[in-house]
Amino acid sequence: MSSVRVLVGTRKGAFILMSDGKRKDWTVSGPLFAGWEIYHMKGSPVDPNRLYASQSSSWSGQVVQRSDDGGATWNAVSNKFAYAGVPGTHQWYDGTPHPWEFKRVWHFEPSLTDADAVFAGVEDAALFKSPDGGATWEGLKGLREHGTGPRWQPGAGGMCLHTVILDPSNADRIFIAISAAGAFRTDDGGKSWKPINKGLVSQYIPDPTAEVGHCVHHVAMHSSRPNVLFMQKHWDVMRSDDAGDNWHEVSGNLPTDFGFTIDVHAHEPETIFVVPIKSDAEHFVPDGKLRVFRSKTGGNEWEALEKGLPQKDCYVNVLRDAMAVDSLDKCGVYFGTSGGQVYTSPDAGDSWAPIVRDLPAVLSVEVQTLQ
Amino acid sequence: MTDAGATKGGPAIRVALPYHLRTLAKIESAEVRLEVAAPVTVRRVLDALEARYSMLGGTIREYGTGQRRAFMRIFACEEDWSHESMDAELPEPVAAGREPLLILGAIAGG
Repeated sequence: MSSVRVLVGTRKGAFILMSDGKRKDWTVSGPLFAGWEIYHMKGSPVDPNRLYASQSSSWSGQVVQRSDDGGATWNAVSNKFAYAGVPGTHQWYDGTPHPWEFKRVWHFEPSLTDADAVFAGVEDAALFKSPDGGATWEGLKGLREHGTGPRWQPGAGGMCLHTVILDPSNADRIFIAISAAGAFRTDDGGKSWKPINKGLVSQYIPDPTAEVGHCVHHVAMHSSRPNVLFMQKHWDVMRSDDAGDNWHEVSGNLPTDFGFTIDVHAHEPETIFVVPIKSDAEHFVPDGKLRVFRSKTGGNEWEALEKGLPQKDCYVNVLRDAMAVDSLDKCGVYFGTSGGQVYTSPDAGDSWAPIVRDLPAVLSVEVQTLQ
Repeated sequence: MTDAGATKGGPAIRVALPYHLRTLAKIESAEVRLEVAAPVTVRRVLDALEARYSMLGGTIREYGTGQRRAFMRIFACEEDWSHESMDAELPEPVAAGREPLLILGAIAGG
């Protein structure tokens, strides 16, 4: 019988939530790495028992943990992320040049075909790859050196490379996104990169249609349709039908188009989910109501999903990597909040229930569908 | 159990680590003991520590610069050695193993 394993990263440790295919009764393990920030955990699609966790603290920096038994035991692997060559500078918050400095891993993306290969998106923005399960890391310097790097600027959360999407139909194609530089694509396995931000309009930057400088919060793709991308930008929900070459807005009737997270239904590539957040000044859901919005038309037409979610006095945020979907039938949807709740919907968003209510603030949620 | 890795032969340097680094390195004791060749310096102690516990690399001093991480502090014989040269010779009681070298997380952040 199928089961699901939900990997939850929080401000003060990691948790693993397990259930069978009904997704009604749950066991909660943790905290793992108690007291440390866990920005992200993710499992290999090739070997689901191979998990990676990004463990960090302001005191002791970055640690990378790996499990080879589905999270029962963990061992630290290499945390040596060295920028190749001369790192150069990017723009600081005040526009002055600032040297590239490694701070933390925001996101792990395990290879779709090799259990030992994994990518790490880091702050200051760079993409690293390990061919050996995290024993060594090499920076894909073509991204930083492609030319626009000196114009990149940190978002409020730092200059982080937070989104890594591997094209299942083309091993040489990778999409990444950086706050606040924008989205980028390589078609040669990471040697060369190009910005893919045409169509993005950001009123808060000097040139609203600039090639780079956009605060892209998250990008999602359905594996069956790798040329179609959905983006939650700082403001605006966007869509591309040509692998990011051109974008158009699909915010439609959303109550606010500010937000962090976005994801795609596992079986319906035109069904997408967002959690609108009131504004960039007020990082919580509008009107005190926690609502996921679903579009079954690839954007523009959105419906509020609120059954089982608090509809008064709720002021939580949902961060960019804190939503995930499983591949069961019906598709399960999961998200975690800044208030420490992790919610699940076993029916593609129609109804919701909390798995846990009182974890530390949730930074990331990933789910594995296990056979 | 009060220490780990006591050495044979000459005096062992005693190092006390903060809780989070002990759990990271899976050290159950309050202190670790390391063999460090004279002259005993912070750099040599950290070299020996990271050689035995590779997962501590980058957690006390930065990769690349080798500098102490900003929120990590080092004390010897009740004196703050955080701003001393990494190559300064540590006090004799630490070198002789009578006093531990204390590595602490600064009281900062939340």
